[in-house]
Amino acid sequence: MTAEIKFSVRRLCAFHGRAESLRSITLDVPDHRILGIIGPASSGKTTFLRTLNRLNDLIPDFRATGQVLLDSADIYQPDFDVVGLRKRVGMVFALPVPLPMSIHDNITYGPRLAGVRDRQQLYDIVERTLQAAFLWDEVKDRLHSSALRLSGGQQQRLCLARVLAMEPEVVLLDEPCSGLDPISTAKIEEALVALKIRYSIILVTNNTKQASRVADDTAFFLMGELVEHGLTEQIFTVPRDQRTGDYITGRFG
Amino acid sequence: MRLVSPKWTQRIAVGVLGAATLATLLILLFIIVFVLEKGLRTICWNFLFTDPQDMGRAGGIFPTLIGTLLLPLLALAVALPLGVGTAVYLTEYTREGRLTRIIRFGTDCLAGIPSIIFGLFGFIFFVTILKMGWCLLAGGLTLAIMILPTIIRTTEEAIRAVPYSYREVSFSLGATRWATVVKVVLPNALPGIVTGVMLSIGRCIGETAAVIFTAGQALHLPHSVFDSVRTMSVHFYILAREGISAKNAYGTAAVLIISILLLNVTTYWLMHRFIGRRT
Amino acid sequence: MKARAEKLAQRILLVIALSAISSLILIALFIFKEGTPIMVKMGLRRFLFSSEWEPQAGLFGIYPMIVASLWVTLGAMLIGAPLGIAGAIFLNEFVPKTVLRIVKPAIELLAGIPSVVYGFIGVMVLAPLIRNHLGGPGLSILAAAVILGVMILPTVISISTDAIGAVPNSYREGALALGATRWQAVHMVILKAARSGIIASIILAMGRAIGETMAVIMVAGNTVKLPHSVLNSARTLTATIAFEMASATGRHREALFAIGVVLFVIIMLLNSFATVILRGRTTRA
Repeated sequence: MTAEIKFSVRRLCAFHGRAESLRSITLDVPDHRILGIIGPASSGKTTFLRTLNRLNDLIPDFRATGQVLLDSADIYQPDFDVVGLRKRVGMVFALPVPLPMSIHDNITYGPRLAGVRDRQQLYDIVERTLQAAFLWDEVKDRLHSSALRLSGGQQQRLCLARVLAMEPEVVLLDEPCSGLDPISTAKIEEALVALKIRYSIILVTNNTKQASRVADDTAFFLMGELVEHGLTEQIFTVPRDQRTGDYITGRFG
Repeated sequence: MRLVSPKWTQRIAVGVLGAATLATLLILLFIIVFVLEKGLRTICWNFLFTDPQDMGRAGGIFPTLIGTLLLPLLALAVALPLGVGTAVYLTEYTREGRLTRIIRFGTDCLAGIPSIIFGLFGFIFFVTILKMGWCLLAGGLTLAIMILPTIIRTTEEAIRAVPYSYREVSFSLGATRWATVVKVVLPNALPGIVTGVMLSIGRCIGETAAVIFTAGQALHLPHSVFDSVRTMSVHFYILAREGISAKNAYGTAAVLIISILLLNVTTYWLMHRFIGRRT
Repeated sequence: MKARAEKLAQRILLVIALSAISSLILIALFIFKEGTPIMVKMGLRRFLFSSEWEPQAGLFGIYPMIVASLWVTLGAMLIGAPLGIAGAIFLNEFVPKTVLRIVKPAIELLAGIPSVVYGFIGVMVLAPLIRNHLGGPGLSILAAAVILGVMILPTVISISTDAIGAVPNSYREGALALGATRWQAVHMVILKAARSGIIASIILAMGRAIGETMAVIMVAGNTVKLPHSVLNSARTLTATIAFEMASATGRHREALFAIGVVLFVIIMLLNSFATVILRGRTTRA
């Protein structure tokens, strides 16, 4: 792994009240690669992902210890600019959540918050990001109609475009295809592979096949612990840990 | 063993309950029809848009129409920001705890206070101690306190109905809490807020006890917020109570009922439009 | 800078959020400040339980008004509560949901009709009926009770409907699956489950009835004497304030504020009671 390190996670523990949901995670996320995170339900994958943009802060009595360094700056420092962090680290959720406004306004939500007002500039952003998410051709004639009228697969690609519009450095995806059909899934995967040239991508998925298809590196989480982390090829062919092999071959989870 | 079989108990019960429901609806219908039947004949252009003469014995009700329009507007101008702000604070800016319980308890209590107490308070506080005298402003402020709980409750309910995921998305796109409230939460809570506003306007229009002791009963057009006004409800009360003119009393009552009806219809129309647009 | 603006927004909102509770405190403060001195001077007992109300002579005993308020309120509850609860049950359990969706707004419209209009209808329609068929002056406790009973219907129906609607469907299905008729399911299962909400609706309606002024002032007549029959005319606590406020000064005005204190306390007790009952329901659920 020669690539530059984007996120560097050191001994990260997370608690929901008393319950420990992440146990001393240490992990490096390189730039311009796709990291796939696999593991059974409630293994801490999603919690981990949401510590990276501090979205867990919204949950009452959530607590995290350890370090999360983004470009060597600890994002859990008290004076760290959380709003700025979320602009640099975009997130796509498991279920597509288009805001109840037009396609155009969904995508320009982030840029407008950041102060972009120029209409031509906003339109350019819409076109560029929709093309990057492979959605442009399907919606270019109805940019001003409600985003709620798109199909599920289209909505999820819209959410991806909406994240790209903020020009983030990292894109987090939380089981983005869990509610989608195979064709929509393929389109999202195609987009992700094309996007890693510009971004660092972390993809949480409950579909091991998906990780093997698109991820460069793969991490396996189990009950709040990082069991194994390495090149995808290695994880899927010669896992070092027995439990990884069991999970991948479908013996549990 | 049993005197009546379950099947017959069921029939009797349904009959009694149905009759009670029907009676309720008939009472409603009777009140509206009675007032309209007696009052509609009086309503004409002149009745609505000319000044009253001889204490309201003759002439129209124009100043009271304006008073009825201005008072709720003034009350809303004060209560809407306060009420919506409170609801936003309760839902978005704090966690459930002792403070929210105190605020909720205060709101509930305020909602239960009878209007005559509001009248007493407005009279002693705004009219007498703050030396406003009987005027639009004193009346508006008193009504603002009166409708505050309604606005808080309806707004809070509406805000809670906005899906949590919208907030998550907004935050994840780099929005501050305030930006999330302004751009996502409040726009989506708008139908509920509008309902609260309409309910409040209705309450202001129908209010008499709190108004008569704070806004006074002057029968002319106000020139500033420090002028006394008379609302339609107060006017109607005075006409009816002092036996000044039954005809004009019925006319005023009919205008009142029609205003309330229009308000309700508008509310439902607005709600359906909102809901229709969003899906 | 953004973080600072956020903090500022939070502070401002906190101040705003305190507006309701501060209004309540302000109201209590001024009503009590104006009203308690005379109660202390006269002695609470004499103020509450003597029957002489002669402001010119400096006699302020509100017992007849308390009795009148109680009679009117109880009468209103006897009429309004059964009708309202029956309506709520019927609309929830025995007709299609679409009917409820149409009828409920209509009944809430009933709440929007100004109380002076109710009062006027009481004077024009109800009072003559009572005078001609039952005797007495017509403007009476009975008339006021009937009008108030109608006026509290929306409160009772609206809150009871919500309470009954909140009973899980599984309860209904469970009862029906055991071979109960719809009515048996209602009175054995659903009413028990919705009981606290229904009781709360009755208490809140009671608060409204005691506090109602304009309708009562028009319909109940205007006699400050201890009533002996429901056909007597009478004057309630609220009506006395509204009647005499305009002309009252000095101790007379203090006495009217003291009536306000009494009302305030009654309403607070009723509301706290209802709040406790409703909260009990939500914590149990």
